[in-house]
Amino acid sequence: MAEPVIPDFGRGSSCVRENGTFCWDWVNAHWGDTLRPALVQHVMLTLIAVAVGFALAFALALLAHRRGWLTTPVVLVTGLLYTIPSLALFQLLVPFTGLSRMTAEVALVSYTLLILFRNTLAGLAGVPEEVRDAARGMGLTRRQLLWKVELPLALPAIVAGLRIATVTVISLATVAVFVVDQGLGAPIYAGLQQTFKTELIAAGALCVALALATDALLVLAQRALTPWTRVARSR
Amino acid sequence: MQDFVDAFQFIGEHTALLWRLTLDHLALSGAAIGIALALAIPVGVILGHAHRGSFAAINVSNIGRALPSLALISIGVAVLGIGFVNVMVALIVLAFPIVLTNAYVAVDGVDQDAVEAARGMGMTGREVLWKVELPLALPLIFAGIRTAVVYVIATATLASVAGAHSLGDVIVDQATYRLPGVLGAAICVAVLALLAELLFAALQRAVTPRALRLEERGAPLLGDLATNERTAST
Repeated sequence: MAEPVIPDFGRGSSCVRENGTFCWDWVNAHWGDTLRPALVQHVMLTLIAVAVGFALAFALALLAHRRGWLTTPVVLVTGLLYTIPSLALFQLLVPFTGLSRMTAEVALVSYTLLILFRNTLAGLAGVPEEVRDAARGMGLTRRQLLWKVELPLALPAIVAGLRIATVTVISLATVAVFVVDQGLGAPIYAGLQQTFKTELIAAGALCVALALATDALLVLAQRALTPWTRVARSR
Repeated sequence: MQDFVDAFQFIGEHTALLWRLTLDHLALSGAAIGIALALAIPVGVILGHAHRGSFAAINVSNIGRALPSLALISIGVAVLGIGFVNVMVALIVLAFPIVLTNAYVAVDGVDQDAVEAARGMGMTGREVLWKVELPLALPLIFAGIRTAVVYVIATATLASVAGAHSLGDVIVDQATYRLPGVLGAAICVAVLALLAELLFAALQRAVTPRALRLEERGAPLLGDLATNERTAST
């Protein structure tokens, strides 16, 4: 009697071979070649977008703080950019910057502008008039007033904006996979195309964990930078 | 620029297809928004009325914002399979926290003097809620609805990767529709989102009591900042 032919499903743990919902073995085996590089790329995408977005929005907010009429046009334009769905914006940039990282970054930066501009400006506008008067009375110049009084007092609002912007970018950067094969969107998209779902779930969970960790980090940074808010609260 | 000329040509030539997908897109978004509102507004309003659960009500939206829409839709696919209902569930999960937090902050933040005055006039808790708190909270509740609507319309574009139909069908299928098609559909989605934003901005204005409208005139464009800040800084 002939031996039955047993199909060879290749190597891999029983969980992977049986197409389990989530296999830790797979995560361990592919952390180095798939998940970690994607995570690092994702962090880079986010860092660049938030840094550039913050530089732009901060400069615009300082300008608008001095010249009030600038607020309306800036909010209108950045609000327009903010409203365009990410998948559409990434594609609309392709004719200009191609299927490249540049396209991803330009779109991600444009999503940070409204939040960062609005929060920075509101922080500056929220400085009490008496504080400004006192500072002027002490002989501070306009520049000193801005850097030594207004900006430190606006810091909580600015960091609040940075938190929203960073978490938003981390979430949106997954959609960048449609124009550039980088970041955690890549394993998520790869996972979508196959029946084996571990890759997708692991990358999605990593993305959420990254967002929450970054958010917590920014809260700690704000506490360290504004010790006086803690004193006020503990009283 | 030629690409965009071709894109508009594509829109002209494939109006029927784009129109059908727009309707699918709206059906999906509308169903998700409707259910999310029905679930989130009562919970947010009741918690806000009782001034309870602020930690949960505010932090739920921080966590909600951290959920990557693509990942959420994808995980929904992994767990529930592909199709309209599953994408709708993912969209509800995304919209729910935004609406809940705004409804909570809106009702919780109603001027306590007004509430006290209403109590002093002998209103019951229910009357205070319906006649004082809700009318005063309505603009902010609407700000949350508006944010959620735009967000859901934007995210419904991704539904195509999960087997539901939307304008994203064309955007993610460059092999079939080429760049002009992708751009044409992207333009349609962008216009759709902007129209929704304008429509709901107008609605929000319409539900704002006249007295509050005057008050707002000082900084009308910084309108939803209060919610952003509160959701973020806690």
